[in-house]
Amino acid sequence: MGERVSDGRTTVERKSDCELVVTRVFDGPVRLVFDAWTKAELFQLWWAPKSSGVPMLACEMDARTGGGYSVTFGKDAGSAMTFYGKYLEVTPPSRLIWTNEESEQGAVTTVTFEEEEGDRTRLVLQELYPSKEALDESFVGMEDTMPEQFRQLDELLATQAANV
Amino acid sequence: MVQYSATRLDASFAALSDATRRGVLEQLGRGDASITELADRFHMTLTGMKKHVGVLEQAGLVTTEKVGRVRTCRLGLRGFEEEVAWIEERHRIWSLRFDALDQVIEAMKRREKADGRTRE
Repeated sequence: MGERVSDGRTTVERKSDCELVVTRVFDGPVRLVFDAWTKAELFQLWWAPKSSGVPMLACEMDARTGGGYSVTFGKDAGSAMTFYGKYLEVTPPSRLIWTNEESEQGAVTTVTFEEEEGDRTRLVLQELYPSKEALDESFVGMEDTMPEQFRQLDELLATQAANV
Repeated sequence: MVQYSATRLDASFAALSDATRRGVLEQLGRGDASITELADRFHMTLTGMKKHVGVLEQAGLVTTEKVGRVRTCRLGLRGFEEEVAWIEERHRIWSLRFDALDQVIEAMKRREKADGRTRE
């Protein structure tokens, strides 16, 4: 274990077979950073950045302990894929835990927000997967959010290549 | 799309879980070495080092070749690159996301400042 990549800002580390941890410091107070994770109109501004090429089509969040969320990605309605789950804990502005229930292999994600000197926020995101295989093959969002569609696209391209 | 084989990743992560084996990879990164040289370097018996190299070899992280009586080990780059690619891809995406979040936070701060000024 212990694979770790850091560029001095964002650190991603595989802590164990089933656990991935992402750490980052943001230049803003905890309450603002927490809002950006729990208010749908803010969350959808950054979770799927333009450069990902797969926009977020819809986002609903009921960020209360026991509440639910659903986030839909896709280029159009036909290729859309929805991720959803429940908030196991919402403790403003310091802790957020949600489940990913769109598949059996979904992680439980815990995000903690810690105040740092200079009105900054240290954010630690932990994804805990049900098995090692689930993490090995986990989606990272973006292009990987739609393996099915990409397989179909691969097949289509292969067919076209064969016809040329 | 890059496909990662789960069993391959399993073997690689298991291989990397040991400090000596990580050290061996680091050492081989500087140049090929024989099992005897590695055993000396890590103060181990030949048998102990053979076992470690075996685990690394099975994970595809190291390849060995026997010439005469000497077995030379070198990095099996393909396997190692797969590990690195796996975590680097995740890093790339979280960085993109968090850079976008930086901008959102900046905008929120500006807005709050402006609102504060109107209220005063």
